[in-house]
Amino acid sequence: MFSIENILNSFHKWLGSMLNQTNVMLIEMALIAFFAITLFAILGLVLVYLERKVSAFIQIRKGPNRVGPFGIFQTTADTLKLIVKESFMPDKVDKFLYQLAPFIVMITAMLLLAPIPFARGVQIWNINIGVFYVTAVSSLSVIGILMAGWASSNKYSLLGAMRSGAQIVSYELSAGMAILSIIVLTGSLNLQDIIASQENGWWIFKGHIPALVAFVIYIIAVTAETNRAPFDLAEAESELTGGFHTEYAGMRFALFFLAEYINIFIVCAIGATLFFGGWMPFHIGNWQAFNHVMDFIPSSIWFFGKTFFLILLIMWFRWTFPRLRVDQLLNLEWKYLLPISMLNLLVMTLIAIKGWHF
Amino acid sequence: MRNVVETTPEGNMVLNVGPQHPSTHGVLHLFITVNGETILNLDPNIGYIHRSIEKMCESLSYRQFIYSTSRMDYLSAHMNNHGCALTVEKGLQVEVPVRAEVIRVIISELTRLASHQLWWGSLAMDLGALSPFFYAFREREMITDIMEETCGARLTMNYIVPGGVMADIHPDFQRKVKEFIVQFKSKIGEYHELVTNNVIFQNRTKGIGILSKEDAISYGCTGPTARGSGLSCDMRKIYPYSAYKNIQFNEILETEGDSFARYMVRMREMEESVNIIEQLIDNIPEGEFLAKTKAVLKLPKGEFYTRLETARGELGVYIVSEGGTTPYRIKFRSPGFSNLSALNHMIKGHKIGDLVSVMGTLDLVIPDIDR
Repeated sequence: MFSIENILNSFHKWLGSMLNQTNVMLIEMALIAFFAITLFAILGLVLVYLERKVSAFIQIRKGPNRVGPFGIFQTTADTLKLIVKESFMPDKVDKFLYQLAPFIVMITAMLLLAPIPFARGVQIWNINIGVFYVTAVSSLSVIGILMAGWASSNKYSLLGAMRSGAQIVSYELSAGMAILSIIVLTGSLNLQDIIASQENGWWIFKGHIPALVAFVIYIIAVTAETNRAPFDLAEAESELTGGFHTEYAGMRFALFFLAEYINIFIVCAIGATLFFGGWMPFHIGNWQAFNHVMDFIPSSIWFFGKTFFLILLIMWFRWTFPRLRVDQLLNLEWKYLLPISMLNLLVMTLIAIKGWHF
Repeated sequence: MRNVVETTPEGNMVLNVGPQHPSTHGVLHLFITVNGETILNLDPNIGYIHRSIEKMCESLSYRQFIYSTSRMDYLSAHMNNHGCALTVEKGLQVEVPVRAEVIRVIISELTRLASHQLWWGSLAMDLGALSPFFYAFREREMITDIMEETCGARLTMNYIVPGGVMADIHPDFQRKVKEFIVQFKSKIGEYHELVTNNVIFQNRTKGIGILSKEDAISYGCTGPTARGSGLSCDMRKIYPYSAYKNIQFNEILETEGDSFARYMVRMREMEESVNIIEQLIDNIPEGEFLAKTKAVLKLPKGEFYTRLETARGELGVYIVSEGGTTPYRIKFRSPGFSNLSALNHMIKGHKIGDLVSVMGTLDLVIPDIDR
């Protein structure tokens, strides 16, 4: 059967037959870097286009429909415009930090692509602490945002950055707790192991109500972590004009913008991996025939299907809900989400110890 | 202009909101003193869109000056014109035909609906929900189309003139208004579902920006802003003018005085406006739409004052005449100016995020404040 894994393996063997081990590794690293950057760009374009179409659908508009069929080249045109646009730098900014900030945010987003299993056997870096790596690296982006807000020498940017700092640091806790409840069930931080453990059913179905609660908390927390509405207080365009990126223009702004969308993709990919089995097809217990039919759908389609389902969910939130106030945002986390997720983790542990899950 | 300061002597940050800011909806400039996110003091700085309309009116004749008032509160253009026309008619002792009075009221209520719909959409947008704006404009578009047919413009509309209305209604007018009413009634539930019943929206507005009844009186607040505090101030009820004398409608009052109360007043007012239109739309009497007046209007020596209810509150039109063809002095008492003055009182101690919600529920139109 056609699979990306086989192609990659035969490519690896073919390279190995011609070159020595070091050269194979160097070439493969270069190819992976190229792949990561391409994926970054394509995902950015696709997600921005998707967001504009989703928002248009919700807002009874047509959305982009001029550049290319159904406006699919609109985002490409926008990106070209942003690349050629002058990257204006205001007076009085801290020049070094101002220029560094968008790159930190973007590099963080790129690093997060490493442990994501895109399909069966397709993963840039099969690290044994995959989930931990993701939670650890994703918290770095707040440094970039704080840096941008501070270096811009603008009061709105500063307020936005401070809000964002408080928000991301708080919501990481309950996102981490929600992730932990699945780790408790699988007993492994390796993303491949987590997927393998969902061979006969996804955790969201197998883990009873605690898994469902963990999923809801995870979605709320990552929406906040990626600064998306209704938690977009760091940008809050009606309050802070643009928040931390008020003073950014051209490609520097676009890097923040792209990083936001890549972050959404990553958190949704992790969510799909933890709760919906990643690239694992939909299997029901020992229904052999049904499971066999499901196996015919390529694993990459399963992965991207689940991820984009979650992305659409988060986009739907954005275009429906009003924004929370900053104190309400922190109340929601510290008074409701965190206690609930702690309790949920305990219940999940009990379930895992007693073996009550399917 | 004031000097721009970065911090107060106490070390609190001074933040300039505006004159170019997405949620001031115009060129309003607010100096806010903040401690972190908490607003300690707010100081509005107006005058960025001052066009000296009152002074300009002094050199325009009584027929001409009305047109400049559409540019004051551009969302209640017809009501501004109505106020001016009523004042001039008072001075001229002209009897307005009944048909014109009914048309005036229908047009005014349609304007009120359009204004409140725009406010509803922009309030939701201020609070971060971007979609309601488009839902509001879907219905508002129908009113704008009716206005375009009736008076030829979609925003800076002029239709009401001294003695009646400028032209008779379009043959499609009644049918289109009825279509709008059907559409509006089927969609108002959607408005409530999407925004009013949203728990985030309720948390953002309930108990925020409280204005007591006493404060509403002392700041001179009028319109939905004051009625949200339980102050009965509907000029249509207290001093009925035009066809308001003959129709049954309720004055909408809420007593909490917070942002949510002001929101509910406007939402319920929309339904009340539909009720008023429904009473009149099938009963437009036949007859003249414009009373016979002289070619050049001359008001007798004296002072004339009329007050009426626009979408934002009480509009007062004060004309001093020396007996000539132009007013000697003209003064508009605009609702937005007084309502803005209460903002500092309402916002103290709240967060920056609340500034936009409170300002949104005041429904400020900056050209109305500056004139």
